[in-house]
Amino acid sequence: MARNREILVLVLDVGPSMHSILPEVEKVCSMLVEKKLLYNKYDEVGIVLFGTEDTKNELTEEVGGYQHVVVLQKMKVVDGDLVDVLKHIPRGTVSGDFLDAIIVGMDMLIKKFGETERGKKRLCLVTDALFPIKEPYEGTKEDQVTTIAQQMTKHGIRMDSVVVRGRFGQDAIEKTMNENDLLLNIFSRKTNAKMVYVESPTSLLGAIRTRSIAPVTIFRGDLEISSVIKIKVWVYKKTSEEKFPTLKRYSDKAPLTDKFATHEVKVDYEYKSAEEPSKVVPPELRIKGYRYGPQVVPISTAEWDAVKFKTEKSVKLLGFTNAFHIMRHYYMKDVNVFIAEPGNKRSIVAVSALARAMKEMDKVAIVRCVWRQGQGSVVVGVLTPNISEKDGIADSLFFNVLPFAEDVREFQFPSFSNLPALMQPSEEQQEAADDFVKMLDLAPDGREEILQPDFTPNPVLERFYRHLEVKSKDPDAAVPPLDGTLQKITEPDPDLFSQNQSVINTFHKRFELKENPKLKKSRRHYLREKASGSSDKEDNEEISAQIVESVANMPTVKVEKIGDTTPLEDFEAMMSRRDSPEWISKAISGMMSKIFDLIKNSSDGHSYTKAIEYLRALRKGCIIEQEPKQFNDFLRHLRNFYPEKNLHTFCEFLASQQISLISKEEAADSEVGDDEARRFWVKMEPKSEQV
Amino acid sequence: MDLDPDEVFRDDDDDPDNPFFQEDKKEETHFQVALSCISQSLKTQIINRSYDEVAICFFNTREKKNLQDLNGVFVLNVPEREDLDRPTARLLKTIDGIEEVFMKEIGSQYGIVSGSRENALYNALWAAQALLRKGSAKTLDKRILLFTNEDDPFGSIKGATKFDLIRTTLQRAKDAQDLGISIELFPLSCPNEQFNLSLFYADLVGLEGGDLVQYLPSAGDRFFMFQYEGPTERSFICADTGALFLEPSKRFQLYKNQVIKFSGEELSEIKRVSAGHLQLLGFKPLSCLKDYHNLRPSTFLYPSDEGMSGSTCIFIALHRSMVKLNRFAVAFFGSPSRPQLVALVAQDEIITAAGQVEPPGMNMLYLPYADDIRHVEELHPNPDIAPRATDDQVKKAAALMKRIDLKDFSVCQFANPALQRHYAVLQALALEEDEMPEVNDETVPDEEGMARPGVVKTLEEFKLSVYGENYEEEEAGKGKVSEVSKKRKAISETASQKCKEYDWADLADNGKLKELSVVELKYYLTAHDLPVSGKKEALISRILSHMGK
Repeated sequence: MARNREILVLVLDVGPSMHSILPEVEKVCSMLVEKKLLYNKYDEVGIVLFGTEDTKNELTEEVGGYQHVVVLQKMKVVDGDLVDVLKHIPRGTVSGDFLDAIIVGMDMLIKKFGETERGKKRLCLVTDALFPIKEPYEGTKEDQVTTIAQQMTKHGIRMDSVVVRGRFGQDAIEKTMNENDLLLNIFSRKTNAKMVYVESPTSLLGAIRTRSIAPVTIFRGDLEISSVIKIKVWVYKKTSEEKFPTLKRYSDKAPLTDKFATHEVKVDYEYKSAEEPSKVVPPELRIKGYRYGPQVVPISTAEWDAVKFKTEKSVKLLGFTNAFHIMRHYYMKDVNVFIAEPGNKRSIVAVSALARAMKEMDKVAIVRCVWRQGQGSVVVGVLTPNISEKDGIADSLFFNVLPFAEDVREFQFPSFSNLPALMQPSEEQQEAADDFVKMLDLAPDGREEILQPDFTPNPVLERFYRHLEVKSKDPDAAVPPLDGTLQKITEPDPDLFSQNQSVINTFHKRFELKENPKLKKSRRHYLREKASGSSDKEDNEEISAQIVESVANMPTVKVEKIGDTTPLEDFEAMMSRRDSPEWISKAISGMMSKIFDLIKNSSDGHSYTKAIEYLRALRKGCIIEQEPKQFNDFLRHLRNFYPEKNLHTFCEFLASQQISLISKEEAADSEVGDDEARRFWVKMEPKSEQV
Repeated sequence: MDLDPDEVFRDDDDDPDNPFFQEDKKEETHFQVALSCISQSLKTQIINRSYDEVAICFFNTREKKNLQDLNGVFVLNVPEREDLDRPTARLLKTIDGIEEVFMKEIGSQYGIVSGSRENALYNALWAAQALLRKGSAKTLDKRILLFTNEDDPFGSIKGATKFDLIRTTLQRAKDAQDLGISIELFPLSCPNEQFNLSLFYADLVGLEGGDLVQYLPSAGDRFFMFQYEGPTERSFICADTGALFLEPSKRFQLYKNQVIKFSGEELSEIKRVSAGHLQLLGFKPLSCLKDYHNLRPSTFLYPSDEGMSGSTCIFIALHRSMVKLNRFAVAFFGSPSRPQLVALVAQDEIITAAGQVEPPGMNMLYLPYADDIRHVEELHPNPDIAPRATDDQVKKAAALMKRIDLKDFSVCQFANPALQRHYAVLQALALEEDEMPEVNDETVPDEEGMARPGVVKTLEEFKLSVYGENYEEEEAGKGKVSEVSKKRKAISETASQKCKEYDWADLADNGKLKELSVVELKYYLTAHDLPVSGKKEALISRILSHMGK
C-alpha cells in the first residue's frame, strides 16, 4: 500500500472563464477520489480553489497577499464527504492567479510533510491560464517560477498541469497565453512536472490520472548487443490494461441482524474420478495431464521440471531489420519500454544513439528476452525508437512482443481485384470514398487530435465508478444512461458529422446497400444496427463486415431446374450434383415432363427425334445413378397410355429405336430380367394391332 | 478456443506407385517426402487442432483394405481408432515406422493398366468420399489432400477406355466436391520432369489457369491444455454461515465500508456503452498510431455481402482510400466483454512467389485508454538536459545496423522453443520413447555471426564511441562499490561493530535476550548474515538456534 501512496493537492481554477468546463472538472476529480476509496484508501487529498470571491488560506494570515485563493479542504485521508465536496465545487467570480494557488498548495504539502514522502506528493493544477499572474515584488516572473520549481524539486513534489484551451477558451490576449505557457513550461523543465493541453471535455477526463500505480520494473540488467557490448537498461510496462474490478460473489445467507457479516462466498472445487463420479479425488492423488490428441499424458511436477524448457535471464539482440518487415498488426500484447539505467550517462547515450540511428535509417531491432530467471518461455520482440521531445527526458525504446510461428494464423482471402465486377467500386464511388476518408478527420491541423488514446478515458470504468458512488447512497438506483461526454467516445461526434453533411450524403447516395432478407442474423455476423435514437446523418455507414475465420467461398452457379434452352446439359448437371439426394429425382421427373410435353405437343412427329434423344439421356442417367425403377415405370407408363393422342406413333418409333426397360444386367436394382426387357416392345405389338 | 465450430476433416491420399519410389537426387523418394509431410502435419495438428479427424489411405497398392473392398486402396489405421478419427500417438508412431514395413504389408502396384478396368484413383476417391461421410459439410470443413507424382494417371491407356476412365474419375471428384469436400493436390515432381497439371489434375481439382494450391500449415494460437481426469464439481459456501448454495447471482464491491450489490444484468448494462458492434468514428493519419498503442493481438476484417449486399463494394472503396491517403479509421468496438476503441488499418494484399503473404483487408488494432498508458519514461527525469547521442555516435550505431542486418526477417520465422519442447516431451511420453528429444532453440542469437571480424570491429567502434576508452575498468570498479552495496556494506560493518558490544552467549544463557530491543537483536542477525524479518520472538529464536542453543 505504502508504495502506491499518494498525497495530492488539487489546485483548481474556478474563475468565470472556467465555469463552462467545471462540471467536467467535478466529474474527474470526484472520480479520482472514488478510485482512491477503492484502491488507495489511505491517500490524502487537499483542495485549493483560486479565482474565488473570498480569500481563505494560511499564507494570507501569515504573510498577507494570496488574494482570491481558498483552501476548500485541508489535507485529509479520502472519504465519502470529499466526493460530495468535489461534486459541488463553488464557482468563483474573479480571474485568479495560478502561481499564488500553486504556492498555497505547495505550502500545505510542505507544512504537513516537509521533505518526507518524496515523489509521492503531487500537485494537480487545472486552469485555462488565460489571465496574467501578478508581477513579483522583486525579479522577474521567470525567476519566481524557477525558485518555486527548485523548492518543488527539493521537497520531492511532482506537478501535473492541465491547461484547458480551444473551444472552451474565451478570446484572450495571445500574449498572456503565451507568457503563461512559457511560465508553466519552466516547471516541466526544471522539476518533475508535466503539462498537457486539452481542448475537449472528453480529453479532460482522460488527462488527469485518476489512479496512481507505482511503476515496477520487469527487468533490470544488460541489453546485450553482443558479448562485446552491453547496455544497462530498465524495462517497464508502457501500457497495461486497467481491468474492470473483479466483484466478489455475494451471499445472502447471513441473517440481516448480523452487522459483521462479510457476505463472501467461498468456492470449493472437487475433482471426481471419471470411473466413479461419486468419489472425490484428493489433491495428493491428482496429477497434471496434458492432452495429446484424444489421449491425456500424465506427468508429475517433478518430472516436468526435469525435462521442461529452461531459460537464463537475459535480453539479447538478434539483429536489426528494416522497419517495414515488422507490420504493425503483428504486435501481440501490451507494450514495454526500455529505459537506460537512470543516472548512467553512458547507457543513456548508448540507448540514445541506437534510437536515433534506428529512426534515421528506418530500422528496428529484434531482441530475445527472458525477463526473469527460469521463466517459462522466451519472448521475441521488436524495439522501436522513442525519441524524447523534452530536454529532461532521455531517449528510450518501445518493446513489442512478436508472434512465434505457432501464433500466426495464415488464412488466404481472395484478392479484391478477383471479386466480381459488381463489388468493384466505380470511379465515382471511389471519389466519394476518398472525400469521406479525407473529411471525417479526427486529427485536423492545428487542433487537438480527437480521441487520442493518451487522453481518452475508459467509458465503462468511468460509468462503473460513478454508478458505484450513486449506489452507495441509493442501493436501488438504476444504471443511468451514458454520460454525454463519454458518448463522444462510443458514438460519432455530431458536430464533425454535421459539418461534413454534404460529403456524407454523397457517399451515402453513391453506394447501394441492401439488407439480405434471406439471411437471419447470426452471432458471428457483425451487422451494425441503426441506433434507435440517432439522427439521419449517422446512417451513412452500414458496412457489414464479417470477422472471418475461414476462406470465403465464391459459390459457383448451380443448376436447379431443367430449362428450355439446354435441357440435356441441365439434366446432366443436376444428375451429377451431390449436395442433396433430391437433385436426382428432381432431374428425372423434370426430364420426364419435358419428354411428355414434347410428345404431346408434337403434331407431326418432327420432335420425336428430340424426345428419343432425351429418353436416351434419361435411361443412361438412370443406369448411372442406379435408379432403374423410375425409368422402367416411366416407359411402362408411356406404353400403356399410347392409345391417347399420338403416343401410338411415338411408341412405334421407340420400338424401332430399341429403347427398352433397364434390365438387371444394366442395373442391379432392376426387377426386370433380360428377357422381359427384350420382350417389352414385342408384347405390345399385338395390342397395337388390336387398335 | 474459437467462435468457429468448424473442424477440418482431412484425408491424405498417398500414391506409392512405382516411380514414386525412385530415388530423388536428394536421397528421398517421393514416398518419403509425402510421408514426412503427413507426419509433420499430423504432429502439428495433434497439438493445435486435436479435434480434427483424419484418415490416411494409400492407393495403387497391392493389398486392399477398405470398407467397400475396392482394389488398390489401402486405408491405414491402428487399433482403438475408427478409420476417420482424431489422430492418436499410436497412429503417429505407425506412420513414422510405416516405411520399413510398407513393401511387405501393403505393397505397391501400378493399378491403372490397359486391359483392366480397375481404376485405383477412382477407387481412392470413392473410398475417401465414403470416409468423409460423417458430419455435415455446413459445419465442417472436409478436405481430401492428394499426394501424387504421376501427372498422367491414364497415360498408358488408349482410346475410348481412356476417355471413359477419365470421365468417370472426374465425375467422382465432382461428386465429392458437390458434397462440400474440397480436393487439394500436392504434386511431387521429379527434378527433370515438371508435374504437368494440365494433363489431368487441373480438371480434377478444378483449377483455373495455372493456380497451384498452396500448402499452408495454418497454426492456431498457443494454448496449453491440461485437464484433470474426471469431472470437477464446484460448490459455493457462504463464508458467514457455512451454508451451501447454488451459484450466487449477485456480486458485490466493498466501498466506503459498505457492501454495494450488483446484479449480473446491472453489470452488463454498465458495460453496454454502445449500440452497434463496430461504430466508425472518423479517420486519422497513420502517424497518429504510435508504437505503444497496443494491447492485444489484432483481428482481421474481410468484407462479406452475406448480410448486406453492397458491403464489399463500400469496404473496397474505403480500403483503397485509406491506403492511398495513408489514413486509418478509428472505430468503437462494442464487444460485451471489453468495449474499446480500435484502429482499423487497411492492409494491401502482398503476394510473393510463395503465394499470398498478407491477405487484403483491414486489421483491427485494439487501442489503450488513457488509464492503460503509463508515463514511465518520465519517471527518472534528468535535472537539466538528458544526455543525447552525438551525430558521430549515431553514425556509428547506423554502421552497426548495416552490419547486423537481418535481411529477410519475417515475424513468424521462429518456432516457440518452450512450446516445441513441451510438445516434443509430450510426444516422447505418449509414444513411450525412452530418450527425451533435443529441441533446437531458434531464438538464440547467431554467436558465430556476431564474432565475425567485421562485425566485431563495428561493435568495438560503436562501443568506443559511446562508452569512451576506460569503460571496462571504470565499470568494473563501479560494480564493486555501487550505491546500494556500499550502503549495505556500511550497515553490516556498523552491525558487526555494535554486535561486539554485547556478550551474546551470556545474554542467551540468562534469558536476557528478551530485554534487548529489536534493533539490538538485529545487530547480531546482520553481523551473522541471518534474515532480519519477523517478530521479536522469531528473532530471538533465530539467534538461539544459530548459537546452537
